[in-house]
Amino acid sequence: MGFLFNSIFKMITRRIALGFLSLMIVSLIIFFAVSLLPGDFATAVLGRSATQDAVAAFQQQLGLDRPLYQRYFHWLSGALIGDFGNSFSMRPVAKIIGPRLLNTLVLAGTTAIIAVPLAVMLGVICARFRNRLPDRVLSAVTLASISVPEFFIAYLLMLALATKFQIFPSLSSVRPGMGFLEQAHRMALPIMTLLFVVLAHMMRNTRAAIINVMSRPFIEMAQLKGEPEMRIILTHALPNAIGSIASVVAINLAYLIAGVVVIEVVFVYPGIGQTMVDAVRNRDVPVIQACALIFSATYILLNLFADIISITSDPRLLHPR
Amino acid sequence: MSDTSLSEMEFWAAQMRKGAISRREFFGRATALAVVIGAGGSVLPSFAQAAEPKKGGYARFGMSDASQQDTLDPGTWPASFSQAAFNGSLCNNLTEIAADGSIIGDLAESFEPANGTKKWIFKIRKGVTFHDGKALTVKDIQESFHHHMGAKSTSGAAPLVSQIESITADSVDKVLFTLKSASADFPYLVADYHLSIFPAKDGGGIDWQRGVGTGAFALENFTPGESAKMVRNQNYHKNNKPYFDEIEYIAIMDATARMNAFVTGEVEFINDLDVKSIALVERSTGLKVERTPSLRHFTFDMDTSTKPFDNPDVRTALKYAIDRDDIIRKVYLGEAVKGNDTPVAVTMPFYHETPPQNDYDVEKAKAFLAKVGLTSLDVDLSVAEAAFPGAVEAAVLFQQHAAKAGINVNVVREADDGYWDNIFLKKPFSGCDWYGRATCDWLFSTAYADGAAWNNTHWKNPRFNELLIQARAETDQAKRAAQYAEMQQLIHDDGGVITVAFVNWTNGMSKKIGHGTIGGIFPCDNMRMAERWWMA
Repeated sequence: MGFLFNSIFKMITRRIALGFLSLMIVSLIIFFAVSLLPGDFATAVLGRSATQDAVAAFQQQLGLDRPLYQRYFHWLSGALIGDFGNSFSMRPVAKIIGPRLLNTLVLAGTTAIIAVPLAVMLGVICARFRNRLPDRVLSAVTLASISVPEFFIAYLLMLALATKFQIFPSLSSVRPGMGFLEQAHRMALPIMTLLFVVLAHMMRNTRAAIINVMSRPFIEMAQLKGEPEMRIILTHALPNAIGSIASVVAINLAYLIAGVVVIEVVFVYPGIGQTMVDAVRNRDVPVIQACALIFSATYILLNLFADIISITSDPRLLHPR
Repeated sequence: MSDTSLSEMEFWAAQMRKGAISRREFFGRATALAVVIGAGGSVLPSFAQAAEPKKGGYARFGMSDASQQDTLDPGTWPASFSQAAFNGSLCNNLTEIAADGSIIGDLAESFEPANGTKKWIFKIRKGVTFHDGKALTVKDIQESFHHHMGAKSTSGAAPLVSQIESITADSVDKVLFTLKSASADFPYLVADYHLSIFPAKDGGGIDWQRGVGTGAFALENFTPGESAKMVRNQNYHKNNKPYFDEIEYIAIMDATARMNAFVTGEVEFINDLDVKSIALVERSTGLKVERTPSLRHFTFDMDTSTKPFDNPDVRTALKYAIDRDDIIRKVYLGEAVKGNDTPVAVTMPFYHETPPQNDYDVEKAKAFLAKVGLTSLDVDLSVAEAAFPGAVEAAVLFQQHAAKAGINVNVVREADDGYWDNIFLKKPFSGCDWYGRATCDWLFSTAYADGAAWNNTHWKNPRFNELLIQARAETDQAKRAAQYAEMQQLIHDDGGVITVAFVNWTNGMSKKIGHGTIGGIFPCDNMRMAERWWMA
């Protein structure tokens, strides 16, 4: 066991170091990409009523008159010690992003709690009854739902459940003061939409991974031993498929945090995707940078977790030759 | 509506009455009258209203244009969410643009010019308090204007207030504005949404951060990019207003989401209704489409200082080569009003018809080209969806229309991002979206005078510029009307602007909401829907 922890520890430190490097590169790319966009915060806020004097005063106040590299290092030196500073709209970045990030995590977390067990369970069912009716039906439904754009599913659900039968509200604008039940009620439609979007990918992958394992000699051994099919899948195939399931789950969880801006817009859910879009439109660089770092860190961390799970679930990976 | 002591105003009123106010001219003149009287109500017939306002209710407004970068700083407020919520509900100006487009007193109970119109004296209304109980003083007004003034100003209103020389306390309840040059329209300018009155801080400046104003509603909670919720100000200075107990402005950027929220009763009002959804709203019981004629217009602007547009006959040929009706029918599905190559909207004071209506006429277009010895003409027209909604489609239709007159309009599709930085004022022929201005002087000084900051047509007409200066100081309203009429005709005949259409503010409104005539100078009933409307 000591060896296991040692090996995992080494991998984690190496990954974190690499992840940190990726974050730096991402922040650099985003910073300079945003500076390539025409206009800046001053012109975005003042609109066409911007006079040269007002724009210049704004730029001076925000430090936008300084050279690009100076602004980057100024931002970087703050970010390194965890200080993301003020947004150009003069509110602390943490205060702008904090509540939105929390909302996003709640939405992603709730969806994941429902989606991951459901996807694995359905994947197992598909593998058990592969190429038979349950598999065909589930595959058809999930493939159809993954093949249409997510906003289309959102609008269909909204049409059915909010407009025709007014079961759920069409606005998911949750507020801090709301009770748990009202929040849950308001979040129902976005959660359902996200379920449709992430379920298919995870389920198909679980199915494929299990079927892959099922062709291996030790499964044949178990079959020859006369174990029931479901028991073979759950006790022999599934544990050996966990590594590849985990990496798909990680990708989908990261998507739930960083990629659901369209769902947020459609349901008016105050998540962090909308924050980043707003910030890009207004060229609010500190907020853009903070969002980009959060999104990249999400991908890096979740992939790291997936790898840890793969390694611990597969002893061979712990003893690389 | 207040009682007003009359002095110089009586003289003006008399002048106006002599000037035979026919029904036709009523709209234009009414405003001038109201400036004089200081309160539209005493001269204008109040518009018939469907039902008596009553108190109570919770109104929710779904708005298309909020952002997380919105702040309470009155120097910013870039879109109708912040403008209607903060200027229209939380704060007041010295004056208010009434629903009929006239100017009336708000925090100032009356106002009068002196020294021609180079000085303006505003008498502050008695007994007005901020939401925290502090009484309104002259100092609050001075500091609220100073917030936008000076070299370090980061305010969108900086160009507006640059004409102010000084603001002094004339007495305890009178503020004296001394202007750099005469301006008969000054009471209109102080109604600009940026120039909201906030409490002064000790040691200078204003305290906008707390969100305390004098307005009809006090701020309960503001989450940028999400919502602004407010409750009734029990001590509001306007008789019986406001009517709603509570209001909330809710940010809903996506047009479909906004429509859904509206149809499912999550909000009582949505702005910027998609034209394609209009039929749907009209079919449903309990909802209606609210169309308010606005100042907003879409134009194709020709740079009169470059070839071939420096020749007035070429400009006229192009004005005859576009079928505005066709564009309105196909691009705006009939939801727009045909323009006649001036930027002045029918609802504005001193609007004057500019005959003839420029219509599609291939023969005339050819004839004007022939006048300058041409049988064909090639021009590049720069457009983008950002130029104005439907600009690309309109330009392509224009291309088809003009081709019949031998004019080859080459439609150049520019990038949306940065359109106003890179195309506007820079390309010789471009599409442009104008939100308009409340008065002719303001409009012309912004976009048609020689040297104006947004003179997209680079038009320099000596007679026009001369009239503009004269009209600014003219106190005889009949003469002033004649001057503005001549200027509008000059733009129509000689200017470089092809006005395609004026559009309505198109909003969705629940039939539960009661309202009087809705003003269109600014969106959302001149920003003040929250205090003017009620739950019927």
